[in-house]
Amino acid sequence: MKSLEELKKLREESIKNIEMRNTDKDIRVVVGMATCGISAGARPVLTTLVEEVAKRNLGNVQVVQTGCIGMCTLEPIVEVYTADKEKVTYVHIDPEKAKRIVSEHLVNNNVVVEYTIGSAEKQ
Amino acid sequence: MKIFRSHVLVCGGTGCSSSNSALIKQRFEEKIKELNLDEEIQVVSTGCFGLCEEGPIVIIYPEGSFYARMTVERVDEICEEHLLKGRIVRKYLFDESAREEKIKPLSEVEFYKKQKRVALRNCGVINPEDISEYIARDGYMALGKVLTEMTPTEVIQLVKDSGLKGRGGAGFSTGMKWSFAAPNQADQKYVICNADEGDPGAFMDRSVLEGDPHAVLEAMAIAGYAIGATKGFIYVRAEYPIAVHRLEIAIKQAKETGLLGKNLFNSGFDFDVEIRLGAGAFVCGEETALMQSIEGKRGMSRNKPPFPANKGLWGKPTIINNVETLANVPQIILNGPGWFKSFGTVKSPGTKVFALGGKINNTGLVEVPMGTALREVIYDIGGGCPNNKEFKAVQTGGPSGGCLTKDHLDIPIDYDNLTAVGSMMGSGGMIVMDEDNCMVDIARFFLDFTVDESCGKCTPCREGTKRMLEILDKITEGKGTMEDLDKLEKLAINIKETSLCGLGQTAPNPVLSTLKYFRDEYEAHVLEKRCPAGVCQSLLRYIITMDCKGCTKCARICPVGAIEGKVKEIHVINQDKCIKCGACMDACTFHAIIKK
Amino acid sequence: MIKGLDVRANERQFIELKEYIDSIRQSQGILMQTLHKAQEIFGYLPIEVQKFIAHEVDVPLAEVYGVATFYTQFSITPKGKHKIGVCLGTACYVKGSQLVLDKLSKELKVSVGETTEDNEFTLEATRCLGCCGLAPVMMIDGDVYGKLEPKKIPEILAKYKD
Repeated sequence: MKSLEELKKLREESIKNIEMRNTDKDIRVVVGMATCGISAGARPVLTTLVEEVAKRNLGNVQVVQTGCIGMCTLEPIVEVYTADKEKVTYVHIDPEKAKRIVSEHLVNNNVVVEYTIGSAEKQ
Repeated sequence: MKIFRSHVLVCGGTGCSSSNSALIKQRFEEKIKELNLDEEIQVVSTGCFGLCEEGPIVIIYPEGSFYARMTVERVDEICEEHLLKGRIVRKYLFDESAREEKIKPLSEVEFYKKQKRVALRNCGVINPEDISEYIARDGYMALGKVLTEMTPTEVIQLVKDSGLKGRGGAGFSTGMKWSFAAPNQADQKYVICNADEGDPGAFMDRSVLEGDPHAVLEAMAIAGYAIGATKGFIYVRAEYPIAVHRLEIAIKQAKETGLLGKNLFNSGFDFDVEIRLGAGAFVCGEETALMQSIEGKRGMSRNKPPFPANKGLWGKPTIINNVETLANVPQIILNGPGWFKSFGTVKSPGTKVFALGGKINNTGLVEVPMGTALREVIYDIGGGCPNNKEFKAVQTGGPSGGCLTKDHLDIPIDYDNLTAVGSMMGSGGMIVMDEDNCMVDIARFFLDFTVDESCGKCTPCREGTKRMLEILDKITEGKGTMEDLDKLEKLAINIKETSLCGLGQTAPNPVLSTLKYFRDEYEAHVLEKRCPAGVCQSLLRYIITMDCKGCTKCARICPVGAIEGKVKEIHVINQDKCIKCGACMDACTFHAIIKK
Repeated sequence: MIKGLDVRANERQFIELKEYIDSIRQSQGILMQTLHKAQEIFGYLPIEVQKFIAHEVDVPLAEVYGVATFYTQFSITPKGKHKIGVCLGTACYVKGSQLVLDKLSKELKVSVGETTEDNEFTLEATRCLGCCGLAPVMMIDGDVYGKLEPKKIPEILAKYKD
């Protein structure tokens, strides 16, 4: 170890892995992982979300899984809860869409309207 | 670095390991692999979570689900439900966290709510065998800061300003200790970490070493820089194999990462640490005896001065700090003395870890700000005595401390307050006793301990404690007189004043404090030949009750033929012949024999 | 009278000990570590081993003997096949570990510190093992048994008798 900077770099790397053990967070992203969700492809969605959140050092975002949300035909479902706003429900999500949710909704606070349950029902 | 979506933390502390947490971890790994989740979920063995009573403990993140009293059999269900499908298995959660509809986060559970974790901050949070997890929690940042931005004098001043006192018992200012060693010129100085945690019932140092070994190494290097030492020793009990193992790994990883060794942070400062094992001698927790032991000799204490800061290990300037004390140091450096002083009392800043044990519901390790009342620790956090028994006393400070009563429950805990009422902080053991414990027997128990552990060098401790034990034996056998109580007190005061080291100087404390607060129990033993708690064997009588069916089993098993009676008639124990072995009570199938 | 150790028959063990001493020789104050290692290899510290260590580490035999007898973990007499240690730490004591110890002593017909005649068990009272949450506890050959009651003892001992 030659400098404080070198140590800080090492810390930034390591923090991504351990950040999850802090449960005190503002934003919760919930992925439906019941049998219906899993068979519709929720697992890669979940892992993508976890990876993207870690990659961007989003320390205030918690990604958790849950059981059946109750709308099996719309799976994979991702719900985003923020401290001040209401819940936003995204449906028919795949890993690519998940990435957009992270970059637009979680980072820039812009809801990706076209993936929400509201627009899905209009179609 | 690989990112996992979920972490399964299994307690690998001594308590949980003793109830098979290693097998639980192994089953998690197997099952997770079976479910093809091993790329997504990480299983980590951590240090102690503190709530040992509820062990083995497993915590699953990101939800922070607290599974208590785990068994290998429950693992599969948790994997299939929680890890695979995201459904928390409520029935296996820690009772209190799942009582209401919304699951309580750990930080709001009574046991943790009032705690403030500084020394234990990483215990149960990180994998102690992985240096990168320590670094992620700001590990070695304090060492980096000290070596690149501060002079040794500034470091000592900062530690002085924080008001940190030694957590091993005596409560001497850590900064002062360092400042005594710093100006001494010598070709070699030493930093010793005292991990010879000998107080029965105290296990916080072990937990820190098992759960956060790097914090101790980092602090030792900081201390080394402050006083100009390049070599450190950790003197640890051989009874702590897990702690030793984790320390060995930590030292190896720190060396590989360049956080121990030569020219740290390019500052020209070198520091190296070596582990030395004790071999079962309580007196080696005393600093001069400890140094003798590291030198490979019998651990016998000597007179001070010279103090270790001037003439210590192999005659070189040495500082000796306790594990918990050291674990505070990196936090103080990073957050500043003001932060540290924001907890605790003016005279005793910071927090203290206590090992709650004995007759208490939540056995375990708790860390609270100094100045917290005993009542809060014992009732709010510890949950009081089990089985609705009445609280009788709490013993603090181990064999050097004393017993306090319910009148003391509202005393704010700090060094001075505990000493003022005849006990001491000691290393932080807190053993709760209920109505079933005999205080004379407890005093005898501690004296038995010190007699055994006295190194034998000075007469008051070697002979005096033995005489005290003989008197206590007499009393518990019902042969004591009121004169004995006076003699006991006189001897105790003499030993306190004339012993060579801390062991002898504090050995009479358990007797003095029980004599003071539980004199009625001593008097019951002496005057009425009765043990009110029903503990002292010789004062007990075995009696056969009306429930006796006359099966003759007890009469046949009695080794001295003290039981008489005909078949199908109530039997009687001849008290003159009875040797109180209890064989009849074990043998009786009708529970018709009682102790009184 | 304890039978002396046959140095010839244990040559391999002595070589192992010598190799260990050589590996740490450059450090200071290595007597304690050496005794730990020797006890691990031989199971106890017979006088022949003490003499060997005195010679190798270059300290008087009297001092080796002094250290070996000062610390409770070193033993100069052989131990039984299974070591039973009952915790007599305060937390265990207030929860009745003395009764557990008494029961063991009765079952095995030995006092504390002694080995059974058939060399199967050595009964010891140990200091705090640190698993106070499981009090009262005992340890047999590294396995911890917690929340003990005297009546559970025969069943546990049976597992080790064969």
